[in-house]
Amino acid sequence: MSKAADIVLVGGSAGSYHLIVDIIESLPPFFSSALVVVIHRNPKFKTRLEDTLSTRLHRPIIQAGDKTAISPNMIYFAMPGYHLLIEPDRTFSLDISDPIQFSRPSIDVLFESAAEVYGSRCTALLLSGANRDGTDGMTAIREMGGKAMVQCPEDAQISTMPENAIRVNDGIDIISDQQIISYFRNLK
Amino acid sequence: MAKLSVSHISFIELQEVVDLLRKVSGYDLSGYSKSSLKRRVQRVLDLERMDLFDLKNAITNIESFRGYLVNELTVNVTEMFRDPHYYATLRSEVVPYLETYPSLKFWSAGCSTGEEVYSLAILLKEVGLYDRSFIYGTDINGNVLETARKAIYPLKKFKLYSENYNASSAQDSLSNYYTAMYDAAIINNEIRKNILFSQHNLATDYIFNEFQFISCRNVLIYFDMDLQNRVFRLFYDSLCEFGFLCLGSKETLLNRDIMSNFKVINKEFNIYQKIR
Repeated sequence: MSKAADIVLVGGSAGSYHLIVDIIESLPPFFSSALVVVIHRNPKFKTRLEDTLSTRLHRPIIQAGDKTAISPNMIYFAMPGYHLLIEPDRTFSLDISDPIQFSRPSIDVLFESAAEVYGSRCTALLLSGANRDGTDGMTAIREMGGKAMVQCPEDAQISTMPENAIRVNDGIDIISDQQIISYFRNLK
Repeated sequence: MAKLSVSHISFIELQEVVDLLRKVSGYDLSGYSKSSLKRRVQRVLDLERMDLFDLKNAITNIESFRGYLVNELTVNVTEMFRDPHYYATLRSEVVPYLETYPSLKFWSAGCSTGEEVYSLAILLKEVGLYDRSFIYGTDINGNVLETARKAIYPLKKFKLYSENYNASSAQDSLSNYYTAMYDAAIINNEIRKNILFSQHNLATDYIFNEFQFISCRNVLIYFDMDLQNRVFRLFYDSLCEFGFLCLGSKETLLNRDIMSNFKVINKEFNIYQKIR
């Protein structure tokens, strides 16, 4: 099975849900990257996010499964209750060790492992949230030559997470919701 | 603030550490998922303020460090009645088969600090099977087995455990099975008597008994495909005919060659039965 040469990551927490839905709705029918979304949600409650979006958009949107290949033109979600990591052979792996920044899945864990494997072929976007998850992940992505972008705090419903990432990561790209949608509409 | 760490290891350096550990000790971590293992090695480096050179030196020259390292590199997150509906499913879909056996052997592989073993024991007690059951709890990590044997856990965890228990379609109250004192609780002796905890390494050790039931939940996610397949084979060989295999909710046997020897009892909780 062919694996994606490029990966695009989206990390969001409180206040990011609607924008994530808008992002996925704006995607072109074909893109050669793999898109991986990690959103903090409570594993105790079943969400039908993947199924609902999948049905509405007539394309598969799935939870990233353990040891499955990362394929082009696919939309993956990190499953609630597990950390999602990327292996050097470009497969996903799961981890149920302690939460990081009170979060499992943790945005940092996914971003850091993707940065290491994909290097400059990794793009990440950090959205609204009420904690500081994602900041270290953004640093790792930039260190490994990838592209890191943060939602403009004025656009974010809860600006803590983007603000923290901006404070720590000097000169990081800050983009508006409009630019975000436009980026994903033109995703290659 | 960005975290300051002494040194960041790469996948190549991780491989050097794994190879070295294998050469100087019996511990073989080469089948472990790389990215998750690398995080945990990095954690040890940060905790101990070591760099790669220090780590290799300690692995080579300090015998007790090797055991410590392996204990730190294995994940030991567990809880009683985790995934309550899994236990409800055992009651409704597995227990009716188990009731037909005159005596029963259970294996909880990768049992960590023992919470799942005691959860299983409580379930067996409640369905009237405990007195003809024996449970083996195994793990690679000797420290966690020590905790498992003591069966003493922080009392503050029991709020969650009771919630889980109550959601597992159990009829009783979890407090019937432990005794609380100060800030700890000990599992009662009637639940502990038919249990043996022992060290076993899924990556290198072999079959040690025949079982009617094996559970290995949230362990295989830390292994690569080859090691997963080795462990599936080990479980298959260790099960009696029509014995049950229960995996974690994200660990599936589907799409594996060995699946042709099993049938699915419950897809959501990955409960399988050996059929040939």
